[in-house]
Amino acid sequence: MDAYTKVKLARSSSRPTGADYIKNIFRNFMELHGDRRFADDAAIVGGIGFLHDMPVTVVAIEKGHSAKERMKRSFGAPNPEGYRKALRLMKQAEKFRRPVICFVDTSGAFCGVGAEERGQGQAIAENLMEMMTLDTPVISILIGEGGSGGALALSVADRVWMLENSVYSVISPEGCASILWKDAKRADEAAETLKLTAQDSLANGIIEDVIPEDDIGSKGYYRMIREKLYSEIKILKEEKDLTGKRYARFRAFGSSGEEAK
Amino acid sequence: MAFLKFKHAPKNELEKGGRGEIAPAEINEQPSKTCPKCHKKITLSALWARHNVCTCGYHFRMNSRERIELICDKESFREMFTDIESQDPIEFPGYISKLEAIRAESNENEAVICGTAQIGRQECCVFVMESYFMMGSMGTAVGEKITRIFEYATENKLPVVGFTVSGGARMQEGILSLMQMAKTSGAVKRHSDAGLFYLTVLTNPTTGGVTASFAMEGDIIIAEPGATVGFAGKRVIEQTTGRSLPKGFQKSEFMRQHGFIDAIVDRSDLKAVITNVLKIHKAGS
Repeated sequence: MDAYTKVKLARSSSRPTGADYIKNIFRNFMELHGDRRFADDAAIVGGIGFLHDMPVTVVAIEKGHSAKERMKRSFGAPNPEGYRKALRLMKQAEKFRRPVICFVDTSGAFCGVGAEERGQGQAIAENLMEMMTLDTPVISILIGEGGSGGALALSVADRVWMLENSVYSVISPEGCASILWKDAKRADEAAETLKLTAQDSLANGIIEDVIPEDDIGSKGYYRMIREKLYSEIKILKEEKDLTGKRYARFRAFGSSGEEAK
Repeated sequence: MAFLKFKHAPKNELEKGGRGEIAPAEINEQPSKTCPKCHKKITLSALWARHNVCTCGYHFRMNSRERIELICDKESFREMFTDIESQDPIEFPGYISKLEAIRAESNENEAVICGTAQIGRQECCVFVMESYFMMGSMGTAVGEKITRIFEYATENKLPVVGFTVSGGARMQEGILSLMQMAKTSGAVKRHSDAGLFYLTVLTNPTTGGVTASFAMEGDIIIAEPGATVGFAGKRVIEQTTGRSLPKGFQKSEFMRQHGFIDAIVDRSDLKAVITNVLKIHKAGS
């Protein structure tokens, strides 16, 4: 399957969304709204619940399925208040020693006048900083599109996994093609070039695992993810110097082959 | 940690110092350019004497070496990490040759220079991004250098003064350039958690992945007048929303009004303001 076909699959509205994962994996989930500063962003669903017997905090970018729902969710493009809500819930998780699980699916942070006025860049930057030292296990799963800074803002984690047909990229293939070749129609070429598939990300060492999608959406599929999360969090809970290791994980990206002086 | 001697390469970059057009050379006329704000002609030598600021107050761009000369005490800058250069991690077509051409033309090997210096006799670490090197875009080398200067500052208990100018992440390095946002933010956080001071000075333009990481992470954030500061590009916002943008959108004055910038400081006052802020933090530590 070529890279651009994967991009289209990753964007498909028939894929399970963040809310589907929450509903099918966690027990007694309660959604918690708002960033306590400005508003509640419907593009991010956050809350608390159980993963088996383990209390957890869950943060998920939600795209919605129907046209109406997708409008309401800004097509999964979070505003600054969405990232601030996510950070509020993650800090709360740290306080109560709850692990954090993020489901990431966005073409990018919301692009608009209001988002800029409310500090989209600052909101993302703050999440990157604060997640790096969040003293509780964090696992992020890219379930569809991993669009640039808007996706990274929920992916500073101890483990990052990607679904088999998800993508992770610094820029959309269309954006890349239009900047580089002044031709958005060459997006398929750009998709190959950008090495944005889950398999490329695994090969580049920026994620730990690729999750197969054979029976995506089935009971067995969600069970598989639930068990995988549960056993990995048990391992992470035993780790010494978790945040030191998280920093080392990101510190290694792009510093290979260069000897420190 | 070896200090490499600052190799000063004086270059007359003024002709590329901003959006002003260079006037055609006429007989007996000094080379000049037209200010995009007041539309008056100003000679390059007059502009140079005013640190690339027009008499009307318009701030033209300034390259990183000129910036060091303006801000750091005479001959105090010791450049570090000069051997770090971008690789071609995703084998992006044409990237290596583009890098080589820019290195030859700019005399720099990456889009940021880092080192230690004294500013008003205050010891500090400094990084200055370079707009003439692929529009200050952040790839693995920029990320690595910024990370290392923060690690060095943390280890040696020094404040960091950083000048940002960037079009964002460098797409030619794919996902690894995105990861630099997290990596640099982690280094800033560790420096911050050690109780150390970080000052960012936003210069025109600071956008994209740099805004969404270390540019917005300073304890104090100041900006030059009229600098574009934002996350998404203006054209992209207009195309996406179909709305025309408010007056002064994403200018530093606009960002201050919305609460994201502590102060706007004229270039001629920058050194004095930075010195003062460093002194206040030193006295408090």
